[in-house]
Amino acid sequence: MTPASLALIAIYLIVMLALVKPMGLYIANVMEGRPIWPLRVGAGVERLIYRLSGVDAGAEMGWRRYTIALLLFNAVGALAVYALQRLQLWLPLNPQQFANVSPDSSFNTAVSFITNTNWQGYSGESTMSYLTQMAGLAVQNFLSAATGIVVVVALIRGFARHTAQSIGNFWTDITRSTLYILLPLSTLLALLLVGQGVVQNLSAYKDVPTVETLAYQQPKVDSAGNPVKDAAGNPVLENMTTQKQTLPMGPMASQEAIKELGTNGGGFLNANSAHPYENPTPLSNFLELLAIILIPSSLTYTFGRMVGDTRQGWAVLAAMCILFVALVALAVHSEQLGNPRVAALGVDQTASILQPGGNMEGKEARFGIGASALFATIATGTSTGAVNSMHDSYTPLGGFVPLFDMQLGEVVFGGVGTGLYSMLIFAIIGVFIAGLMIGRTPEYLGKKIEAFEIKMSSIAILVMPFIVLLGTAIAVSVADGKAGVANPAAHGFSEILYAFTSAGNNNGSAFGGLSANTPFYNTALGLVMWLGRYWPIAAVLAIAGSLAAKKRVPVTAGTMLTYGPTFIILLIGTVLLVGALTFVPALALGPVVEHLVMWGG
Amino acid sequence: MTALLRPAIVLFLILTGITGFVYPFVVTGIAQAIFPTQAGGSLIVRDGKPVGSSLIGQSFSDPKHFWGRPSATSPQPYNGLASGGSNLGPLNPALTDGIKSRIEALQAADPANKAPIPVDLVTASASGLDPDISLAAAYYQAPRVARARGLAPDAVRSMIAAHARGKLLGILGEPRVNVLDLNLALDALK
Repeated sequence: MTPASLALIAIYLIVMLALVKPMGLYIANVMEGRPIWPLRVGAGVERLIYRLSGVDAGAEMGWRRYTIALLLFNAVGALAVYALQRLQLWLPLNPQQFANVSPDSSFNTAVSFITNTNWQGYSGESTMSYLTQMAGLAVQNFLSAATGIVVVVALIRGFARHTAQSIGNFWTDITRSTLYILLPLSTLLALLLVGQGVVQNLSAYKDVPTVETLAYQQPKVDSAGNPVKDAAGNPVLENMTTQKQTLPMGPMASQEAIKELGTNGGGFLNANSAHPYENPTPLSNFLELLAIILIPSSLTYTFGRMVGDTRQGWAVLAAMCILFVALVALAVHSEQLGNPRVAALGVDQTASILQPGGNMEGKEARFGIGASALFATIATGTSTGAVNSMHDSYTPLGGFVPLFDMQLGEVVFGGVGTGLYSMLIFAIIGVFIAGLMIGRTPEYLGKKIEAFEIKMSSIAILVMPFIVLLGTAIAVSVADGKAGVANPAAHGFSEILYAFTSAGNNNGSAFGGLSANTPFYNTALGLVMWLGRYWPIAAVLAIAGSLAAKKRVPVTAGTMLTYGPTFIILLIGTVLLVGALTFVPALALGPVVEHLVMWGG
Repeated sequence: MTALLRPAIVLFLILTGITGFVYPFVVTGIAQAIFPTQAGGSLIVRDGKPVGSSLIGQSFSDPKHFWGRPSATSPQPYNGLASGGSNLGPLNPALTDGIKSRIEALQAADPANKAPIPVDLVTASASGLDPDISLAAAYYQAPRVARARGLAPDAVRSMIAAHARGKLLGILGEPRVNVLDLNLALDALK
């Protein structure tokens, strides 16, 4: 690792830590409905929204009603995103006249965006109209992130309340988290990004002349659009020249901002945050990195604040930071080391003051190694799945990091809301294990952890490995699954494992070589995303309801402290044990084999 | 259930209006007012006509121009409508074959240059539209460009230095140069 990469990671962590308390406090105030000035300013709008929607803002909900409201609200969103894609040709704001999207791809994308996955089977700049992007995809960037926030807030209320029948009001929670948290931050970030060069307009694509005339070949197609083949069955190529380049336009910055802040990750353009129009400068890259981590890290403070003991939040954040530093160090180190097969060709991969060196395949010159590997680690530890470099071309261990980062259940800061509630589930499992070891009824934050909580926690944790490994096993066994693979040998297996891991964890990043825009993958991954999102959410809300109803147990001399180094180690150990036990066999067949082959022979 | 249906639909529509229309339109309006060039794609305008974007790379293969990062877009490199990388794995023979042929092309264009080739000059970028190359990749090409243009190598090197961009605050970003900027400046020399 170069000193510059180390400095980048250090500064990133320092800025993040400096923002945790103010941001976390603000989120707590918003979600508790305290009379801070933004809520006073917005009170009129809020009242109007509730009146039109028929919402009684004062009515609290039990966990079942809260869950049904959440599922209904998300289902309406899915239908809207599906409909917009299927009808976009006949709707306005489609200057490129993009056709309606196919049913299987529309289904996949609709599920993908409501579940905060933002897996992209499609190529944005050649598929989606501005209307679909703005009013379909970007809206879900807001609402799926808000959904994550309300679930974790409901869980926190479960800890904070006692002998209560309710965990909050879903409608006011989702409205407030959208209006007071996500919207102002996105507006600010969008404008900062435009200042750096991110495009923001509604114009048609622009043609510009190029300096040189470019000669190239492309497959010839007949009048019906089918590829022409020669007698031997090979596609016929025709020689072309061009002197122009078409530049995509559109409302990118507004979507880019919420894409990062909501840990969504679905790019306006195919290359995502690697595209110079989505992420033009090292500074825009740093802002996007910060936006990704801002809310997930701050929520730990919100948690501590709302349960009345901020040490509890700092302990969880400490566990996240330790895991993060280990993972990012491995990623940066592996990528900086480069590819021995490329070095054997006499290529210079050494870092110097003139070049970043390392494994530059699938990376951008302005980001080099440090900023790329950092982005990969943080985008997969959260549920963002945005990429500023192509993970498929990473070295085996460099690519192992994003894969394992997701397989830990996305708790290394995690998605907006999802990260913290997943980590709190691990904490429940952790105190349960510790309780068994010392022979005491486990407690967490003054609540007895009993059979119901453990059952629901087990569901919340085990659903993901179950659907990921089952999906991978099916895909590697059927022709439709194997057909999508782009790279030979162990790497091809990694591509499939990565796809299902990404879908099951609602991440959305990919080993992009996999041709996943097929009916098989669109359907299979769509189902995995759906189950990976709502099954755990229902379990978490059930825990919230159960905890809220419990009495608070007084702290005694025998109470296990859930802050401090012992608890942090217990929490990290629980996360690693569950993640490692379930995924090591699969990882051994993919990145581990590939690493041994690369350096061994 | 039905009592929840109305808020689910109406609240969804209202929030769609706010986040899907008001928000992007307001951001577009402000962006057009304060950053019109950036919001429009950072186009480079010469004599009133756009000649490219300072953020989007172009394909160069003429020896008198600096060459950019290899681009994996199809059917042609630097296709603005199909951004993306090669997605070739580290052990894929297609990766090393591609690198070999790029090395051969660079050496054929400048047989006297025996220096090791900087890695970013023979590996495909992530976007396929990378506007930059490392300073190492630029200096590597300086002798070829100088000879093709009949310039002194030092003159070309000082042009690279003049267009170089370093690390912001010593930390953010990599030492690099924008290939289109540099080539436009060279073409404007005569």
